[in-house]
Amino acid sequence: MSGHSTYVPKSAIGKWFESRLPIVGLIHSSFVVFPNPRNLNYWWTFGGILAFMLVAQIVTGVVLAMHYTPNADLAFLSVEHIMRDVNYGWLIRYLHANGASMFFIAVYVHMFRGFYYGSYKAPREILWILGVIIFLLMMATAFMGYVLPWGQMSFWGATVITNLFSAFPVVGETIVSFLWGGYAVGNPTLNRFFSLHYLLPFMIAGVVILHIWALHIPGSNNPAGIEKKTEKDTLPFHPYFTVKDALALVVFVMFFSWFVFYIPNYLGHADNYIPADPAVTPAHIVPEWYFLPFYAILRAIPDKLMGVLAMFGSIAVLVFLPWLDTSKIKSATYRPLYRQFFWVFVACCIGLGWLGAKPPEGGYVIASRILTAYYFAHFLIILPLLGLFETPRRIPGSIAEAVLGKQGSASAMAAGAAASPNTKG
Amino acid sequence: MATTVAEPTRRDFLFIATGAVGAVGVASAIWPFISQMAPDAATVAAGAPVDFDLGPIAEGQIVKLFWRGKLIFVRHRTAEEIKTAENTPLSDLKDPEADSARVQKGHAQWLVVYGNCTHLGCVPLGNEGPYHGWACPCHGSIFDTSGRIRQGPAPTNLPIPPYAFLSDTKIQIG
Repeated sequence: MSGHSTYVPKSAIGKWFESRLPIVGLIHSSFVVFPNPRNLNYWWTFGGILAFMLVAQIVTGVVLAMHYTPNADLAFLSVEHIMRDVNYGWLIRYLHANGASMFFIAVYVHMFRGFYYGSYKAPREILWILGVIIFLLMMATAFMGYVLPWGQMSFWGATVITNLFSAFPVVGETIVSFLWGGYAVGNPTLNRFFSLHYLLPFMIAGVVILHIWALHIPGSNNPAGIEKKTEKDTLPFHPYFTVKDALALVVFVMFFSWFVFYIPNYLGHADNYIPADPAVTPAHIVPEWYFLPFYAILRAIPDKLMGVLAMFGSIAVLVFLPWLDTSKIKSATYRPLYRQFFWVFVACCIGLGWLGAKPPEGGYVIASRILTAYYFAHFLIILPLLGLFETPRRIPGSIAEAVLGKQGSASAMAAGAAASPNTKG
Repeated sequence: MATTVAEPTRRDFLFIATGAVGAVGVASAIWPFISQMAPDAATVAAGAPVDFDLGPIAEGQIVKLFWRGKLIFVRHRTAEEIKTAENTPLSDLKDPEADSARVQKGHAQWLVVYGNCTHLGCVPLGNEGPYHGWACPCHGSIFDTSGRIRQGPAPTNLPIPPYAFLSDTKIQIG
């Protein structure tokens, strides 16, 4: 994935194999000698954490599927069977359920890292868009997985989300009955969601391979937001970044374990331990925490179709981010104004998340509308204008200079000459 | 090359013929995979009409029942509820519809409506909200005693299922 491999197998068998399938060389060039910017900080370890979470979710999910029954009459009971009768079933289910939340924590950190350091900018636009596709697939997978226990929240979550598609004029109702396989959410819905919930993670894995491939063309962005130029700017992936990723992963798994072993239901809803009842909607229906900001946007708009379009639009706008941000400077470190707007945007997203969990009435609705307007303004007004009006700070000549200061990189400076702040990277 | 022939070759013919047959084949293969998502024969068959006895429903009571897997409210309206519903000017309504068009002639005390909010399908709570009709706990849609949308994000009134009175105390839904 990083172009020409310098790997030479030592053993005769290794040489024989490598000349037929050069996969060891591919791994060697991608994850052993691959030159990473030497200044990567811990925010860059979340890619590895996400890869781990995907594998963890697939492993625990495949095991759960061995004990789960995708039938509207039996699904809830089979989940309780997993919790009570299957050896360590409680552990595997809690790992899977909390794993979904951990996956989203990691992906949000990963995305906001990208926002802060401008990782979506040229030459990484395709890499970014592949990430948005992964995020959408994750959302679909998480939503369908949450339906499978067939509790009250499962059932009504499925009802509300599938009904989003009824907002589309003319074809809406047909689309919804095709999603349900009936006239309401029922057994056919549960069956197809189970099938797709099993399929989508493998599609995510496929897009992740493309994501890493696209990453390894220019290599990682870095806190300075300038491209690597000489060998002085980089360090080999192994051991420098394998150990950094591993350390971050171990700490993250400790955090994950704290949820699994001490507060396994903290992020869930008690109502989902009530079997699905199509005659009664829970009094307070909210999605899982990772959907709350989007749910707040949906509810902020008093019109059904516009609400649905705004919600989908809030994710679709991310695809256009590389072109909406007109600044040539990547890292917020050298963008004094963007850095402030970034934190306002973080607060806006957290605020939307908080409002998404509140009842849709009074001041909450007004606040949701203000924050929804700000969310879109950030992408559609603030970012395009900032690039035109902001005066960036002086950009270091190289990554080595950013890390080591001017003296340490004197030789690199001599070669690279003075870079102007307007040069890309 | 002595001559350059502009006429179609046999390969051109094969290319177009294979492409055309292949496209038709792909299109016909896709159809069953889309069609299988639609409600199946058993689900459709479960939509046969059902009879429902109104006798035990007290005045002011709302009863829930299912037809084709969909929730239906049967509401025995009080004289006051009927009067408020009938006297509401159409200009006050988001989806204007007279109360008389939502009940059957001579049976104004019986309101039969689908029980899922027209916004995103939650079940509104009966006798709640400023109009004492229904209030949806999910996204705050408010319905009046005729099941008409008065406030909130729902775009239309609660729809009326097909039904007929078999006698004064018995209806057939479907």
